[in-house]
Amino acid sequence: MNKRTFLKSALAVSVLAASMGYAQADALSNAEKSGVLRIAVPQDFPPFGTVGPDLKPRGYDIDVANLIGRELKLKVELIPVSSTNRIPYLTTGKADLVISSLGKNPEREKVIDFSVAYAPFFNGVFGPADAPVKVAADTAGKVIGVTRGSVEDLEFSKVAPATANIKRFEDNNATISAYLSGQVQLIATGNVVAAAVNERTKIRRLDTKFLIKNSPCYVGVNKGEAALLAKVNEVLAKLKGNGELNQVSQRWLQAPLPATL
Amino acid sequence: MAYAFDFSSVLEYRDILLAGTGRTLLLTGIGAVAGLALGIVGAVCRAWKLAPFDRLFAVYVEFIRNTPFLVQLFFIFFGLPSLGIQLDEWQAAIIAVVINLGAYTTEIVRAGVEATPRGQIEAAQSLAMTRPQIFRHIVLPPALAKVWPAVCSQVVIVMLGTSVCSQIAAEELTFAANFIQSRNFRAFETYFAVTAIYFLLALFVRNALAYAGMQLLGRRTK
Repeated sequence: MNKRTFLKSALAVSVLAASMGYAQADALSNAEKSGVLRIAVPQDFPPFGTVGPDLKPRGYDIDVANLIGRELKLKVELIPVSSTNRIPYLTTGKADLVISSLGKNPEREKVIDFSVAYAPFFNGVFGPADAPVKVAADTAGKVIGVTRGSVEDLEFSKVAPATANIKRFEDNNATISAYLSGQVQLIATGNVVAAAVNERTKIRRLDTKFLIKNSPCYVGVNKGEAALLAKVNEVLAKLKGNGELNQVSQRWLQAPLPATL
Repeated sequence: MAYAFDFSSVLEYRDILLAGTGRTLLLTGIGAVAGLALGIVGAVCRAWKLAPFDRLFAVYVEFIRNTPFLVQLFFIFFGLPSLGIQLDEWQAAIIAVVINLGAYTTEIVRAGVEATPRGQIEAAQSLAMTRPQIFRHIVLPPALAKVWPAVCSQVVIVMLGTSVCSQIAAEELTFAANFIQSRNFRAFETYFAVTAIYFLLALFVRNALAYAGMQLLGRRTK
Protein backbone atom coordinates (compact mmCIF):
# COMPACT_ATOMS: atom_id res chain seq x y z
CA MET A 1 0.00 0.00 0.00
CA ASN A 2 1.54 3.31 -1.00
CA LYS A 3 1.23 6.44 1.02
CA ARG A 4 -1.45 8.06 -1.10
CA THR A 5 -3.96 5.21 -1.00
CA PHE A 6 -3.31 4.90 2.71
CA LEU A 7 -4.21 8.57 3.14
CA LYS A 8 -7.30 8.12 1.00
CA SER A 9 -8.57 5.18 2.97
CA ALA A 10 -7.78 6.92 6.24
CA LEU A 11 -9.80 9.87 4.98
CA ALA A 12 -12.62 7.58 3.91
CA VAL A 13 -12.71 5.96 7.33
CA SER A 14 -12.77 9.28 9.12
CA VAL A 15 -15.53 10.60 6.82
CA LEU A 16 -17.50 7.43 7.47
CA ALA A 17 -16.99 7.86 11.20
CA ALA A 18 -18.06 11.49 10.93
CA SER A 19 -21.19 10.66 8.97
CA MET A 20 -22.06 7.95 11.46
CA GLY A 21 -21.63 10.63 14.06
CA TYR A 22 -24.10 12.79 12.14
CA ALA A 23 -26.67 10.04 12.23
CA GLN A 24 -26.34 9.99 15.97
CA ALA A 25 -26.48 13.77 16.09
CA ASP A 26 -29.20 16.01 14.73
CA ALA A 27 -30.11 15.77 11.06
CA LEU A 28 -32.40 18.79 11.33
CA SER A 29 -29.78 21.25 12.58
CA ASN A 30 -27.39 19.74 10.09
CA ALA A 31 -29.77 20.40 7.23
CA GLU A 32 -30.44 23.90 8.54
CA LYS A 33 -26.72 24.55 8.60
CA SER A 34 -26.26 23.49 4.97
CA GLY A 35 -29.63 24.84 3.88
CA VAL A 36 -30.38 21.61 2.04
CA LEU A 37 -32.82 18.85 2.97
CA ARG A 38 -32.05 15.57 1.19
CA ILE A 39 -35.23 13.61 0.48
CA ALA A 40 -35.36 10.14 -1.09
CA VAL A 41 -38.23 9.88 -3.59
CA PRO A 42 -39.40 7.19 -6.01
CA GLN A 43 -39.02 7.62 -9.76
CA ASP A 44 -40.62 4.41 -10.98
CA PHE A 45 -43.89 4.27 -9.08
CA PRO A 46 -46.70 6.35 -10.55
CA PRO A 47 -48.49 8.35 -9.38
CA PHE A 48 -46.20 8.72 -6.35
CA GLY A 49 -43.06 9.37 -8.31
CA THR A 50 -42.20 9.20 -11.99
CA VAL A 51 -39.98 11.06 -14.38
CA GLY A 52 -41.97 13.69 -16.25
CA PRO A 53 -41.67 14.68 -19.91
CA ASP A 54 -39.16 17.35 -18.81
CA LEU A 55 -37.02 14.55 -17.28
CA LYS A 56 -37.66 15.93 -13.79
CA PRO A 57 -39.19 13.77 -11.06
CA ARG A 58 -42.88 14.40 -10.45
CA GLY A 59 -45.65 12.85 -8.44
CA TYR A 60 -47.41 12.78 -5.09
CA ASP A 61 -44.21 12.14 -3.10
CA ILE A 62 -42.28 14.86 -4.92
CA ASP A 63 -45.03 17.39 -4.21
CA VAL A 64 -45.02 16.46 -0.53
CA ALA A 65 -41.21 16.67 -0.44
CA ASN A 66 -41.31 20.17 -1.92
CA LEU A 67 -44.05 21.27 0.47
CA ILE A 68 -42.05 20.07 3.47
CA GLY A 69 -38.96 21.85 2.13
CA ARG A 70 -40.95 25.04 1.70
CA GLU A 71 -42.36 24.86 5.23
CA LEU A 72 -38.93 24.20 6.72
CA LYS A 73 -37.46 26.96 4.52
CA LEU A 74 -34.87 24.56 3.15
CA LYS A 75 -33.79 23.78 -0.39
CA VAL A 76 -34.90 20.28 -1.30
CA GLU A 77 -32.46 17.90 -2.91
CA LEU A 78 -34.41 15.00 -4.44
CA ILE A 79 -32.62 11.66 -4.38
CA PRO A 80 -34.20 9.08 -6.68
CA VAL A 81 -34.41 5.67 -5.01
CA SER A 82 -36.00 2.32 -5.75
CA SER A 83 -38.29 0.43 -3.43
CA THR A 84 -35.47 -1.91 -2.37
CA ASN A 85 -32.85 0.71 -1.52
CA ARG A 86 -35.01 3.48 -0.07
CA ILE A 87 -34.48 2.45 3.59
CA PRO A 88 -30.71 1.82 3.21
CA TYR A 89 -30.41 5.33 1.72
CA LEU A 90 -31.88 6.69 4.94
CA THR A 91 -30.02 4.48 7.43
CA THR A 92 -26.64 5.12 5.77
CA GLY A 93 -27.20 8.86 6.00
CA LYS A 94 -27.49 9.51 2.25
CA ALA A 95 -30.92 11.03 2.78
CA ASP A 96 -32.54 12.90 5.67
CA LEU A 97 -36.09 11.81 4.86
CA VAL A 98 -37.67 9.03 2.82
CA ILE A 99 -40.87 10.08 1.11
CA SER A 100 -41.28 7.08 -1.10
CA SER A 101 -44.78 5.58 -0.64
CA LEU A 102 -43.41 3.83 2.40
CA GLY A 103 -45.78 1.59 4.35
CA LYS A 104 -45.39 0.85 8.04
CA ASN A 105 -44.71 -2.63 9.41
CA PRO A 106 -43.07 -4.00 12.58
CA GLU A 107 -39.86 -5.03 10.76
CA ARG A 108 -39.37 -1.53 9.40
CA GLU A 109 -40.28 0.08 12.72
CA LYS A 110 -37.29 -1.67 14.27
CA VAL A 111 -34.98 0.13 11.83
CA ILE A 112 -36.48 3.59 11.27
CA ASP A 113 -39.12 5.92 12.68
CA PHE A 114 -42.29 6.95 10.89
CA SER A 115 -44.10 10.27 10.72
CA VAL A 116 -47.87 10.57 10.67
CA ALA A 117 -49.45 9.28 7.45
CA TYR A 118 -49.23 11.61 4.47
CA ALA A 119 -50.88 9.61 1.66
CA PRO A 120 -53.69 7.07 1.38
CA PHE A 121 -52.69 3.64 0.11
CA PHE A 122 -55.27 0.90 0.39
CA ASN A 123 -57.14 -1.91 -1.25
CA GLY A 124 -60.84 -1.40 -1.34
CA VAL A 125 -64.07 -1.93 -3.19
CA PHE A 126 -64.80 0.76 -5.75
CA GLY A 127 -67.86 1.51 -7.82
CA PRO A 128 -70.17 4.16 -9.20
CA ALA A 129 -70.95 7.10 -6.90
CA ASP A 130 -74.63 6.11 -6.64
CA ALA A 131 -74.07 2.46 -5.64
CA PRO A 132 -75.38 2.05 -2.07
CA VAL A 133 -72.45 0.04 -0.71
CA LYS A 134 -70.78 0.99 2.56
CA VAL A 135 -69.56 -2.26 4.13
CA ALA A 136 -68.64 -5.73 2.87
CA ALA A 137 -72.11 -7.08 3.70
CA ASP A 138 -73.66 -4.62 1.22
CA THR A 139 -72.06 -6.51 -1.66
CA ALA A 140 -74.56 -9.37 -1.20
CA GLY A 141 -76.17 -10.19 -4.54
CA LYS A 142 -73.82 -7.84 -6.40
CA VAL A 143 -71.31 -8.71 -9.10
CA ILE A 144 -67.79 -7.74 -8.06
CA GLY A 145 -64.76 -7.98 -10.31
CA VAL A 146 -61.31 -8.66 -8.92
CA THR A 147 -57.92 -9.69 -10.25
CA ARG A 148 -57.40 -13.33 -9.41
CA GLY A 149 -54.77 -14.10 -6.78
CA SER A 150 -54.21 -10.43 -5.87
CA VAL A 151 -54.15 -9.22 -2.27
CA GLU A 152 -57.64 -7.78 -2.71
CA ASP A 153 -58.90 -11.12 -4.05
CA LEU A 154 -57.59 -13.03 -1.04
CA GLU A 155 -58.72 -10.42 1.50
CA PHE A 156 -62.11 -9.66 -0.04
CA SER A 157 -62.91 -13.37 -0.47
CA LYS A 158 -62.57 -13.68 3.33
CA VAL A 159 -65.04 -10.91 4.17
CA ALA A 160 -67.45 -11.13 1.23
CA PRO A 161 -70.97 -12.40 1.95
CA ALA A 162 -71.87 -15.80 0.45
CA THR A 163 -74.23 -14.29 -2.12
CA ALA A 164 -71.67 -11.82 -3.46
CA ASN A 165 -70.91 -12.88 -7.03
CA ILE A 166 -67.12 -12.51 -7.32
CA LYS A 167 -65.76 -12.59 -10.87
CA ARG A 168 -62.03 -13.23 -10.96
CA PHE A 169 -60.17 -11.89 -13.95
CA GLU A 170 -56.69 -12.59 -15.22
CA ASP A 171 -55.14 -9.16 -14.70
CA ASN A 172 -55.97 -5.59 -13.67
CA ASN A 173 -56.72 -4.65 -17.27
CA ALA A 174 -59.41 -7.27 -17.65
CA THR A 175 -60.88 -6.35 -14.26
CA ILE A 176 -61.05 -2.69 -15.24
CA SER A 177 -62.46 -3.49 -18.70
CA ALA A 178 -65.13 -5.61 -17.06
CA TYR A 179 -66.09 -2.66 -14.88
CA LEU A 180 -65.99 -0.07 -17.66
CA SER A 181 -68.08 -2.28 -19.96
CA GLY A 182 -70.62 -2.83 -17.19
CA GLN A 183 -69.95 -6.57 -16.85
CA VAL A 184 -69.40 -6.12 -13.13
CA GLN A 185 -71.05 -3.59 -10.80
CA LEU A 186 -68.10 -3.04 -8.47
CA ILE A 187 -64.42 -3.88 -8.43
CA ALA A 188 -61.98 -4.60 -5.64
CA THR A 189 -58.60 -3.06 -6.35
CA GLY A 190 -55.99 -0.65 -5.08
CA ASN A 191 -56.66 3.10 -4.75
CA VAL A 192 -53.70 3.80 -7.05
CA VAL A 193 -55.23 1.60 -9.77
CA ALA A 194 -58.59 3.30 -9.28
CA ALA A 195 -56.87 6.69 -9.60
CA ALA A 196 -55.25 5.62 -12.86
CA VAL A 197 -58.67 4.59 -14.19
CA ASN A 198 -60.30 7.84 -13.12
CA GLU A 199 -57.54 9.79 -14.80
CA ARG A 200 -58.34 8.20 -18.17
CA THR A 201 -62.08 7.80 -18.16
CA LYS A 202 -65.06 9.97 -17.43
CA ILE A 203 -67.78 7.40 -18.19
CA ARG A 204 -67.88 5.19 -15.11
CA ARG A 205 -65.77 6.84 -12.43
CA LEU A 206 -64.63 4.78 -9.47
CA ASP A 207 -65.66 5.96 -6.01
CA THR A 208 -64.28 4.35 -2.87
CA LYS A 209 -66.99 2.23 -1.24
CA PHE A 210 -65.10 0.64 1.65
CA LEU A 211 -61.56 -0.37 2.54
CA ILE A 212 -60.37 -3.96 2.55
CA LYS A 213 -56.79 -3.48 3.63
CA ASN A 214 -55.33 -0.16 4.64
CA SER A 215 -51.62 0.60 4.48
CA PRO A 216 -51.13 4.36 4.23
CA CYS A 217 -47.78 5.95 3.37
CA TYR A 218 -45.52 7.52 5.97
CA VAL A 219 -42.41 9.66 5.86
CA GLY A 220 -39.41 7.65 7.04
CA VAL A 221 -36.95 9.27 9.46
CA ASN A 222 -33.83 7.79 11.06
CA LYS A 223 -34.06 6.51 14.61
CA GLY A 224 -33.13 9.14 17.18
CA GLU A 225 -34.06 12.13 15.00
CA ALA A 226 -36.78 13.34 17.33
CA ALA A 227 -36.40 16.99 16.35
CA LEU A 228 -36.72 16.30 12.62
CA LEU A 229 -39.60 13.88 13.15
CA ALA A 230 -41.49 16.40 15.27
CA LYS A 231 -40.95 19.09 12.64
CA VAL A 232 -42.17 16.80 9.80
CA ASN A 233 -45.25 15.84 11.80
CA GLU A 234 -45.96 19.49 12.52
CA VAL A 235 -45.65 20.38 8.83
CA LEU A 236 -47.87 17.46 7.74
CA ALA A 237 -50.51 18.47 10.28
CA LYS A 238 -50.43 22.00 8.90
CA LEU A 239 -50.68 20.79 5.28
CA LYS A 240 -53.67 18.64 6.20
CA GLY A 241 -55.26 21.53 8.02
CA ASN A 242 -54.89 24.12 5.26
CA GLY A 243 -56.02 21.72 2.52
CA GLU A 244 -52.75 21.70 0.61
CA LEU A 245 -52.26 17.95 1.08
CA ASN A 246 -55.81 17.46 -0.13
CA GLN A 247 -54.89 19.31 -3.33
CA VAL A 248 -51.94 16.99 -3.82
CA SER A 249 -54.25 14.00 -3.37
CA GLN A 250 -56.76 15.44 -5.86
CA ARG A 251 -54.01 16.10 -8.35
CA TRP A 252 -52.35 12.67 -8.28
CA LEU A 253 -55.01 10.28 -6.93
CA GLN A 254 -58.13 11.99 -8.33
CA ALA A 255 -59.71 11.62 -4.90
CA PRO A 256 -59.91 13.72 -1.75
CA LEU A 257 -57.75 12.82 1.22
CA PRO A 258 -59.66 10.32 3.42
CA ALA A 259 -60.85 11.97 6.63
CA THR A 260 -59.33 9.15 8.69
CA LEU A 261 -55.80 9.72 7.42
CA MET B 1 -35.97 -35.33 -8.10
CA ALA B 2 -35.66 -32.26 -5.89
CA TYR B 3 -39.29 -31.22 -6.29
CA ALA B 4 -41.63 -32.67 -3.69
CA PHE B 5 -45.03 -33.35 -5.20
CA ASP B 6 -48.02 -32.62 -3.05
CA PHE B 7 -51.26 -33.55 -4.74
CA SER B 8 -53.25 -33.35 -1.52
CA SER B 9 -53.28 -29.56 -1.88
CA VAL B 10 -55.02 -30.02 -5.25
CA LEU B 11 -57.37 -32.68 -3.94
CA GLU B 12 -58.60 -30.19 -1.35
CA TYR B 13 -60.16 -28.23 -4.22
CA ARG B 14 -61.73 -31.22 -5.97
CA ASP B 15 -65.20 -29.68 -5.82
CA ILE B 16 -63.99 -26.72 -7.81
CA LEU B 17 -62.23 -28.99 -10.31
CA LEU B 18 -65.33 -31.13 -10.67
CA ALA B 19 -67.58 -28.09 -11.18
CA GLY B 20 -65.11 -26.72 -13.73
CA THR B 21 -65.02 -30.03 -15.60
CA GLY B 22 -68.80 -30.15 -15.68
CA ARG B 23 -69.05 -26.62 -17.05
CA THR B 24 -66.41 -27.27 -19.70
CA LEU B 25 -68.36 -30.33 -20.83
CA LEU B 26 -71.66 -28.47 -20.82
CA LEU B 27 -70.18 -25.58 -22.77
CA THR B 28 -68.72 -28.04 -25.28
CA GLY B 29 -72.01 -29.94 -25.54
CA ILE B 30 -74.13 -26.87 -26.21
CA GLY B 31 -71.47 -25.48 -28.51
CA ALA B 32 -71.20 -28.74 -30.47
CA VAL B 33 -74.94 -29.20 -31.04
CA ALA B 34 -75.70 -25.56 -31.90
CA GLY B 35 -72.44 -25.11 -33.78
CA LEU B 36 -73.05 -28.19 -35.93
CA ALA B 37 -76.60 -27.05 -36.65
CA LEU B 38 -75.28 -23.64 -37.71
CA GLY B 39 -72.63 -25.38 -39.78
CA ILE B 40 -75.18 -27.52 -41.62
CA VAL B 41 -77.28 -24.47 -42.47
CA GLY B 42 -74.15 -22.65 -43.61
CA ALA B 43 -72.98 -25.64 -45.65
CA VAL B 44 -76.22 -26.01 -47.61
CA CYS B 45 -76.40 -22.25 -48.23
CA ARG B 46 -72.89 -22.24 -49.59
CA ALA B 47 -72.98 -25.55 -51.47
CA TRP B 48 -76.31 -24.84 -53.18
CA LYS B 49 -75.57 -21.14 -53.60
CA LEU B 50 -78.75 -19.92 -51.90
CA ALA B 51 -78.50 -16.14 -52.43
CA PRO B 52 -77.99 -14.00 -50.46
CA PHE B 53 -77.13 -16.39 -47.64
CA ASP B 54 -74.22 -18.01 -49.48
CA ARG B 55 -72.39 -14.68 -49.57
CA LEU B 56 -73.24 -13.93 -45.94
CA PHE B 57 -71.93 -17.28 -44.81
CA ALA B 58 -68.79 -16.86 -46.94
CA VAL B 59 -68.01 -13.57 -45.17
CA TYR B 60 -68.85 -15.08 -41.77
CA VAL B 61 -66.65 -18.12 -42.35
CA GLU B 62 -63.69 -16.10 -43.52
CA PHE B 63 -64.06 -13.62 -40.69
CA ILE B 64 -64.23 -16.22 -37.93
CA ARG B 65 -61.59 -18.53 -39.32
CA ASN B 66 -59.10 -15.70 -39.67
CA THR B 67 -59.39 -14.15 -36.21
CA PRO B 68 -58.31 -15.63 -32.87
CA PHE B 69 -60.95 -17.20 -30.66
CA LEU B 70 -59.79 -15.17 -27.65
CA VAL B 71 -60.29 -11.92 -29.55
CA GLN B 72 -63.77 -13.01 -30.66
CA LEU B 73 -64.58 -13.75 -27.05
CA PHE B 74 -63.28 -10.38 -25.84
CA PHE B 75 -65.21 -8.67 -28.62
CA ILE B 76 -68.45 -10.24 -27.41
CA PHE B 77 -67.81 -9.83 -23.68
CA PHE B 78 -66.02 -6.48 -23.43
CA GLY B 79 -66.95 -4.91 -26.76
CA LEU B 80 -70.67 -5.50 -27.29
CA PRO B 81 -71.75 -3.76 -24.04
CA SER B 82 -70.68 -0.51 -25.74
CA LEU B 83 -73.43 -1.19 -28.28
CA GLY B 84 -75.88 -1.89 -25.47
CA ILE B 85 -75.69 -5.70 -25.72
CA GLN B 86 -74.87 -6.94 -22.26
CA LEU B 87 -74.11 -10.66 -22.09
CA ASP B 88 -72.84 -12.39 -18.99
CA GLU B 89 -69.72 -14.54 -19.19
CA TRP B 90 -71.60 -17.79 -19.95
CA GLN B 91 -73.80 -16.28 -22.63
CA ALA B 92 -70.72 -14.74 -24.18
CA ALA B 93 -68.78 -18.01 -23.95
CA ILE B 94 -71.60 -20.07 -25.49
CA ILE B 95 -72.16 -17.61 -28.32
CA ALA B 96 -68.43 -17.44 -29.03
CA VAL B 97 -68.12 -21.23 -29.11
CA VAL B 98 -71.19 -21.67 -31.33
CA ILE B 99 -70.07 -18.97 -33.76
CA ASN B 100 -66.55 -20.33 -33.88
CA LEU B 101 -67.50 -23.97 -34.36
CA GLY B 102 -70.24 -22.96 -36.81
CA ALA B 103 -67.70 -21.38 -39.13
CA TYR B 104 -65.43 -24.42 -39.20
CA THR B 105 -68.24 -26.96 -39.55
CA THR B 106 -69.75 -24.92 -42.39
CA GLU B 107 -66.65 -25.66 -44.41
CA ILE B 108 -66.33 -29.26 -43.21
CA VAL B 109 -69.95 -30.17 -43.94
CA ARG B 110 -69.86 -28.26 -47.24
CA ALA B 111 -67.14 -30.60 -48.41
CA GLY B 112 -69.44 -33.52 -47.64
CA VAL B 113 -72.47 -31.93 -49.31
CA GLU B 114 -70.50 -31.13 -52.45
CA ALA B 115 -69.23 -34.68 -52.61
CA THR B 116 -72.79 -35.97 -53.13
CA PRO B 117 -72.93 -37.44 -56.65
CA ARG B 118 -75.06 -35.31 -58.98
CA GLY B 119 -76.90 -38.43 -60.17
CA GLN B 120 -78.25 -39.16 -56.68
CA ILE B 121 -79.87 -35.73 -56.50
CA GLU B 122 -81.26 -36.09 -60.02
CA ALA B 123 -82.65 -39.49 -59.12
CA ALA B 124 -84.39 -37.95 -56.11
CA GLN B 125 -85.76 -35.12 -58.27
CA SER B 126 -87.15 -37.67 -60.75
CA LEU B 127 -89.01 -39.23 -57.80
CA ALA B 128 -90.66 -35.80 -57.27
CA MET B 129 -88.96 -35.18 -53.92
CA THR B 130 -88.91 -31.56 -52.80
CA ARG B 131 -85.65 -29.74 -52.16
CA PRO B 132 -85.90 -29.98 -48.36
CA GLN B 133 -86.73 -33.67 -48.67
CA ILE B 134 -83.75 -34.24 -50.93
CA PHE B 135 -81.49 -32.47 -48.48
CA ARG B 136 -82.85 -34.26 -45.46
CA HIS B 137 -82.90 -37.78 -46.87
CA ILE B 138 -80.49 -37.93 -49.80
CA VAL B 139 -77.75 -35.38 -49.19
CA LEU B 140 -77.26 -34.80 -45.47
CA PRO B 141 -76.81 -38.30 -43.98
CA PRO B 142 -74.07 -39.49 -46.37
CA ALA B 143 -72.48 -36.04 -46.34
CA LEU B 144 -72.24 -36.01 -42.54
CA ALA B 145 -71.06 -39.62 -42.50
CA LYS B 146 -68.20 -38.73 -44.89
CA VAL B 147 -66.97 -35.79 -42.82
CA TRP B 148 -67.84 -37.09 -39.35
CA PRO B 149 -64.22 -37.74 -38.25
CA ALA B 150 -63.32 -34.15 -39.20
CA VAL B 151 -66.34 -32.84 -37.25
CA CYS B 152 -65.27 -34.87 -34.19
CA SER B 153 -61.76 -33.44 -34.37
CA GLN B 154 -63.09 -29.91 -34.67
CA VAL B 155 -65.33 -30.37 -31.64
CA VAL B 156 -62.37 -31.63 -29.61
CA ILE B 157 -60.30 -28.64 -30.76
CA VAL B 158 -63.09 -26.30 -29.69
CA MET B 159 -63.45 -28.12 -26.37
CA LEU B 160 -59.76 -27.55 -25.66
CA GLY B 161 -60.16 -23.97 -26.87
CA THR B 162 -62.87 -23.25 -24.30
CA SER B 163 -59.99 -22.94 -21.83
CA VAL B 164 -59.63 -19.31 -22.91
CA CYS B 165 -63.12 -18.60 -21.53
CA SER B 166 -61.35 -18.42 -18.17
CA GLN B 167 -60.17 -14.99 -19.34
CA ILE B 168 -63.67 -13.55 -19.04
CA ALA B 169 -64.10 -15.14 -15.60
CA ALA B 170 -66.25 -18.03 -16.84
CA GLU B 171 -65.54 -20.63 -14.20
CA GLU B 172 -64.68 -23.59 -16.41
CA LEU B 173 -61.83 -26.06 -15.99
CA THR B 174 -58.91 -23.75 -16.76
CA PHE B 175 -60.42 -21.09 -14.51
CA ALA B 176 -60.60 -23.71 -11.77
CA ALA B 177 -56.91 -24.51 -12.34
CA ASN B 178 -55.89 -20.85 -12.26
CA PHE B 179 -58.00 -20.26 -9.18
CA ILE B 180 -56.60 -23.24 -7.27
CA GLN B 181 -53.07 -22.36 -8.28
CA SER B 182 -53.55 -18.80 -6.99
CA ARG B 183 -54.61 -20.21 -3.62
CA ASN B 184 -52.27 -23.13 -2.99
CA PHE B 185 -49.31 -21.95 -5.12
CA ARG B 186 -48.91 -25.52 -6.32
CA ALA B 187 -48.84 -24.68 -10.02
CA PHE B 188 -47.18 -27.89 -11.18
CA GLU B 189 -49.55 -30.28 -9.41
CA THR B 190 -52.59 -28.22 -10.32
CA TYR B 191 -51.82 -28.02 -14.03
CA PHE B 192 -50.71 -31.64 -13.98
CA ALA B 193 -54.12 -32.65 -12.69
CA VAL B 194 -55.96 -30.37 -15.11
CA THR B 195 -53.91 -31.58 -18.07
CA ALA B 196 -54.91 -35.13 -17.20
CA ILE B 197 -58.56 -34.11 -16.92
CA TYR B 198 -58.46 -32.37 -20.32
CA PHE B 199 -56.83 -35.42 -21.87
CA LEU B 200 -59.51 -37.72 -20.51
CA LEU B 201 -62.23 -35.28 -21.52
CA ALA B 202 -60.88 -35.17 -25.07
CA LEU B 203 -60.82 -38.96 -25.28
CA PHE B 204 -64.33 -39.10 -23.89
CA VAL B 205 -65.71 -36.47 -26.27
CA ARG B 206 -64.05 -38.09 -29.28
CA ASN B 207 -65.42 -41.54 -28.44
CA ALA B 208 -68.85 -40.24 -27.52
CA LEU B 209 -69.09 -38.41 -30.84
CA ALA B 210 -67.87 -41.44 -32.77
CA TYR B 211 -70.50 -43.52 -31.03
CA ALA B 212 -73.21 -40.94 -31.69
CA GLY B 213 -72.14 -40.87 -35.34
CA MET B 214 -72.50 -44.62 -35.63
CA GLN B 215 -75.93 -44.55 -34.04
CA LEU B 216 -77.25 -41.66 -36.14
CA LEU B 217 -75.44 -42.12 -39.42
CA GLY B 218 -74.70 -45.82 -39.49
CA ARG B 219 -71.48 -47.68 -39.94
CA ARG B 220 -70.32 -45.38 -42.74
CA THR B 221 -68.69 -43.04 -40.24
CA LYS B 222 -65.83 -45.44 -39.55
